[in-house]
Amino acid sequence: MARMKFLCDANRCIECNGCVTACKNANETPWGIQRRRVITLNDGVPGERSVSVACMHCSDAPCKAVCPVDCFVTADNGVVLHDKDLCIGCGYCLYACPFGAPQFPQAGAFGVRGKMDKCTFCQGGPGKGSEEEQFAKYGQNRIAQGKLPLCAEMCSTKALLAGDGDVISNIYRERVTIRGKSPELWGWGTAYGPVKAPAGAKPAAKQEGKS
Amino acid sequence: MRALKRLGAASLALVLALGLAACGEKVTVYEPGKYKGSAVVQPWDSPQFKGDKAAWERALEVRAGDQNEYLRVPAR
Repeated sequence: MARMKFLCDANRCIECNGCVTACKNANETPWGIQRRRVITLNDGVPGERSVSVACMHCSDAPCKAVCPVDCFVTADNGVVLHDKDLCIGCGYCLYACPFGAPQFPQAGAFGVRGKMDKCTFCQGGPGKGSEEEQFAKYGQNRIAQGKLPLCAEMCSTKALLAGDGDVISNIYRERVTIRGKSPELWGWGTAYGPVKAPAGAKPAAKQEGKS
Repeated sequence: MRALKRLGAASLALVLALGLAACGEKVTVYEPGKYKGSAVVQPWDSPQFKGDKAAWERALEVRAGDQNEYLRVPAR
């Protein structure tokens, strides 16, 4: 059985926030809830790195360990889901999560917190219900359609990979082997490897005076 | 005098009863949390896969493999 994981290639992420937008649009999350966000380290400094972060679907999830009403469950494919019918919106999971994944809608005035919302790996939520009900609570269920989370599938540079941990690790391993180590801190060579000329092509003549 | 003795005995009984009330409390021992929510519906039990787990796994594997552009785009 596959164990679903996300993997973000920090050398490829260009901080376009396409994953964030795709997630928000696909799941129609309410105002203030961002299941996924892009974090940039050393923003504006040469060599800056961006990484797209959401729930990492931990194998030993701390949110699950601290939940006072035990509303978290790990599905057979490793995706951490939570039952919104049980959640009391206490926020313990937010304190426990090292990634800040749990999100809380501002359900009312005076800082009242609504039920927790987080990335479901586009697998909907536990329990049976009408499709509309499940969508309103948890968002899309793409996994049941044989698809991967939209954030990863929409990623233009394929920095964000999603799927079976073994499969995406192999993709990343192959990528790192091909691109090798580049003297550049960032750029095409670092992210995609050296550019090879097509077989049989003549080397392009140097054009001076043009950048 | 007798009434006073009765009152004293009654108050002593009350103090004893209140004092020992806590002794009957159950000790709460931590038990590892057990999920109490609704059961997880397996993704292969969807109308598309109709319980065919192998077909679902194949579909996801293909989809995951499509993220590898070295396979998707033939090498030059």
